[in-house]
Amino acid sequence: MTLQIEKSAPRTEKTTQQNRGKVRLREHLMGWLFVGPFGIVFLALLIAPLAYALYLSLFQKKLIGGTSFVFLDNYVKAFTDPSFLSGSWFVIRFSLVSIPLQIIIALAMALILDAVTNAFTRFSRLMIFLPYAIPTVIGAVMWGFLYSKNFGPLTDIFALFGGTAPNFLSSNLIFIGLVNIVTWQWAGYYMIILYAALQGIDPALYEAARMDGAGKWQVALRIKIPLIAPALILILVFSLIGTLQFFNEPQILRSLAAGAIGPDYTPNMYAYQQAFSLANFNYGSAISFALGGVVFIGVYAFLFFTRKRRSFL
Amino acid sequence: MKKRLLAAAALLATTASLVACSSGEQGGGTTASGGNNASNCTNTIPKKDLPVVTMWGWYPNTQLVVDNFNKLNGEVQVCWTNVGQGSDEYDKFQTAISAGTGAPDVIMVEMDRIPTFQIQKALVDIKPYGYDAVKADYSEGAWKDVSVGGAVYGVPVDGGPMAMIYRKDIFEKYDITPPKTWAEYEQAAQKVKDAGGPLFGDFAANVSALTMALQIQKGAAPFTYDPAQQSTIGIKLNDQGSKDVLDYWTNLARKGLVGTQDQFTPEYISGVINGQYATYISAAWAPGYLTGAGVGKGEDTGKFAVAPLPQWDAANPVQVNWGGSAFSVTSQAKNPELAAKVAYGLYADKESLTDGWTNQIIFPLNLKALNDPAFVDLKVDFFDGQQANKEVYVPAANAYKGVTYSPFGQYYFDAMTKQVSALIEGSDTGAQAADRLQEDVVNYAKEQGFTVQ
Repeated sequence: MTLQIEKSAPRTEKTTQQNRGKVRLREHLMGWLFVGPFGIVFLALLIAPLAYALYLSLFQKKLIGGTSFVFLDNYVKAFTDPSFLSGSWFVIRFSLVSIPLQIIIALAMALILDAVTNAFTRFSRLMIFLPYAIPTVIGAVMWGFLYSKNFGPLTDIFALFGGTAPNFLSSNLIFIGLVNIVTWQWAGYYMIILYAALQGIDPALYEAARMDGAGKWQVALRIKIPLIAPALILILVFSLIGTLQFFNEPQILRSLAAGAIGPDYTPNMYAYQQAFSLANFNYGSAISFALGGVVFIGVYAFLFFTRKRRSFL
Repeated sequence: MKKRLLAAAALLATTASLVACSSGEQGGGTTASGGNNASNCTNTIPKKDLPVVTMWGWYPNTQLVVDNFNKLNGEVQVCWTNVGQGSDEYDKFQTAISAGTGAPDVIMVEMDRIPTFQIQKALVDIKPYGYDAVKADYSEGAWKDVSVGGAVYGVPVDGGPMAMIYRKDIFEKYDITPPKTWAEYEQAAQKVKDAGGPLFGDFAANVSALTMALQIQKGAAPFTYDPAQQSTIGIKLNDQGSKDVLDYWTNLARKGLVGTQDQFTPEYISGVINGQYATYISAAWAPGYLTGAGVGKGEDTGKFAVAPLPQWDAANPVQVNWGGSAFSVTSQAKNPELAAKVAYGLYADKESLTDGWTNQIIFPLNLKALNDPAFVDLKVDFFDGQQANKEVYVPAANAYKGVTYSPFGQYYFDAMTKQVSALIEGSDTGAQAADRLQEDVVNYAKEQGFTVQ
């Protein structure tokens, strides 16, 4: 473009450079203008609070003796604090159980909805997705009542067969109760992501496979799943981050099962308790950052092991 | 069918409050709406040219109480906001304390929280601002619960003298008279169980304040400290009395005589409605709470009665207290003197007090109400016309001696919940749980800079 201009209207070297400089400056300004709104929000609402929390986490405030600078002592304490460690261990165990479960269910449903096309497909898709549209708080409250011995249907159902219903709000079964709630809430959402990825596959591939003699199973296992691997990894990362920061569901169920769910049940709940119930903002910030570290390591490790197939990150 | 409907109503009510709580928690801490900003009051201020004092509180009849105050007072007006009950409010207040801004001028707090906020210098000593004028309106025990050392950090409003609420129909069916001692309580529970009856009571992990009260009844004195020397504290959570009480209830629970359901949950309330529990060990505010949740209405009318709290030693009865609240002035109040006027005056007029006790929202500590024959002789509908105040609650309140609460109440209660929960699910003894609780709380106190004796 510039070359053309130079050729058609020859100018002195100086003016061209001046013009170029002006254009570059204008482009620069435009660039900043476009980035500006995002940049300001990003700095003000993400970086600044993070920096402040980091700053807070380096201090210690005691009821007797006031605030003092302790550098990394809060982090040393966090990583030796049984509450934080058991909470972290819980969310890791919870991830290992609930994430594969959610992904398998979402994948199975997506494959079925992709393979079958009739009047019910659309309806089923909507119904499977519906739990995601329900706010987590409402979902958790609802499940709390479904688990209830006095209100819930479980007692009646088990009574039909002469058994006693399991109490999903007791310490022994709360884990399963929470896995169920999370799976119910998120499997449909992951299904939609996978379904969209499946829809993006070129149908010519299926035709070619069929001509080579591949059955429906083979098409699903050898063509569909490998081709949507990037989407699978995406939802794995989503769910990993979400599960390690587990907060809403146990916090809500706590008002129904305070005995089974302690205030330090997950690291996020522990940070909340420290900051807002015990007024220990410093240690609460340290726990949040320590949790951030755990999440970062977890996600990084995961991406490292799946690095061959990642194309989206 | 009716029972089902009632249960459903209770469920709806609690769902609403659950959702309210949780959404409150989401926004908790960040915004202390209402704080010092007088523009968003829940009530309308009738005398607009007077100075305004902001207030947080959650009595069900606060609207009426505030309106009465504003009507009667020619000096100051109250702007009221309800920021949530109990912990919800405390979390917001705690955040406002840390932030140094956002707290109201006057705040409703339960008495066991006063030392927690006082030690953070979040409350103002209101003794200089008119204590002498109202001193005679409250008993010495009531003043003790709101004082730290010689300083007064709150104006008592309601108390929680404890008693045993029971189901008359169940007691009649299994031929039981109200137990006078805890030994008799256990025998009665065994008798009901042997006859195939319902659970006799409930041992819950989430009501630490109740467990603490029952331990105090057996002689425990969990916390001791000299207010002049607040950095030194005595902690005794594993004395013999505390251990005995934990063992007693654990034993009942393991024998299947009492339930282990968390209280203040729809599950528990529906259990009370369905007659799953023969007794409910609770405080004087319980009938109001239960009525609000749908208990004792319709088919269940008149099924409840109340008897004095069972004793360890019938010859030397000890009365204890659960809950009870006061109005405190916060150190963020712009004009502490004016705020103190509000704290002293709110819920102290006859009309508000009468509304409070006739609807059983509060057990009043104001002697004007406590000594009112209409209050003492009241035939309580919930208890089928029994004169509950005269027979049970007033004597219990009069015999109550007051307690020293801890300056880290939230942590202590959370730690207790943890231990009681482990006790219910596991196989440890109450003594072991008490030892662990002691260790836990002592460690926390040391970490917070206290010298533990």
